[in-house]
Amino acid sequence: MDIQSIIYFMFAAVLLASAIAVVTVPNPVHSALFLIVSFFSAAGIWIMLQAEFLGILLILVYVGAVMVLFVFVVMMLNLDIPKKREGFKKTLALAVGLGTLIVVQMGSVIFSRLHRPSVATAATDLSIDGSNTRMIGKVLFTQYALPFELAALILLVALVAAVAITLRNRKESKVQNPSKQAQTRAKDRLSMVNEPADVAARQTISAIPTATSNHTQNTQEL
Amino acid sequence: MPSSFYLILGAALFAIGVVGIVLNRKNMIVLLMSVELMLLAVNTNFIAFSHMLGDTAGQIFVFFILTVAAAESAIGLAILVVLFRTMDTVDMDKLDNLKG
Repeated sequence: MDIQSIIYFMFAAVLLASAIAVVTVPNPVHSALFLIVSFFSAAGIWIMLQAEFLGILLILVYVGAVMVLFVFVVMMLNLDIPKKREGFKKTLALAVGLGTLIVVQMGSVIFSRLHRPSVATAATDLSIDGSNTRMIGKVLFTQYALPFELAALILLVALVAAVAITLRNRKESKVQNPSKQAQTRAKDRLSMVNEPADVAARQTISAIPTATSNHTQNTQEL
Repeated sequence: MPSSFYLILGAALFAIGVVGIVLNRKNMIVLLMSVELMLLAVNTNFIAFSHMLGDTAGQIFVFFILTVAAAESAIGLAILVVLFRTMDTVDMDKLDNLKG
């Protein structure tokens, strides 16, 4: 048993155990944390398959962003976790049966003689100068340039949609309505008074004392 | 290291995802996590085949799946938050307002 097999079985065991834990533990917070563990192990498996870029991308994007989002949401919602889940045993039998069925089906396809040649094709080194990232970049920005742009568009749409869905106005908070603000006309706010201009009378000194006396009166009232 | 090991691992992971959906029919958050597990299994299979067949397309596909999955989980969680605000629960059994 070479070192590669030992590492593979270590990662696979942790991956499967944590994946089972994700779906069986009662507390969603623990589920999210176990999911992080399984993503780490899956990244290890991917790196073993010479997909270093995607392995590190999985850790950065999933563990760094998506799982943090999951943990935040789980902690934000005030969920009541039932101590005893009713009907768990009944569904467990059904679920295990279904799971075994799927594994047997897929295993029979994988191990069937029919597909043996394609599965057993010799592994080839895909990397350019030993760099998996360079290979992906070279293909992604030439052959798959349009899908790449579409992926960027999808992320933008998701960003806007997530904000638009969760945005809400609290009753006590003061918000502006840009539509109303833009529709305002001057005549709604401003009333024009027809007053003859009398510049000379306003510039006389007699007007100033009354203004200051008014001011002092105001301050006394305060 | 036979390549079928990786495929069996992917199959088992996918099965665990399906089992999770059957087991946790009540809690919507764990349902979303099970979907993530299934996507992880699919991606593992893509990378295994890419490695086996010497084709870069598998890894490129995983790249796009990751993008779409990130967008999906962001919007899914946003919907979940709004659902919890209006219904005060994420229990799938109580979401029967349409009386379907």
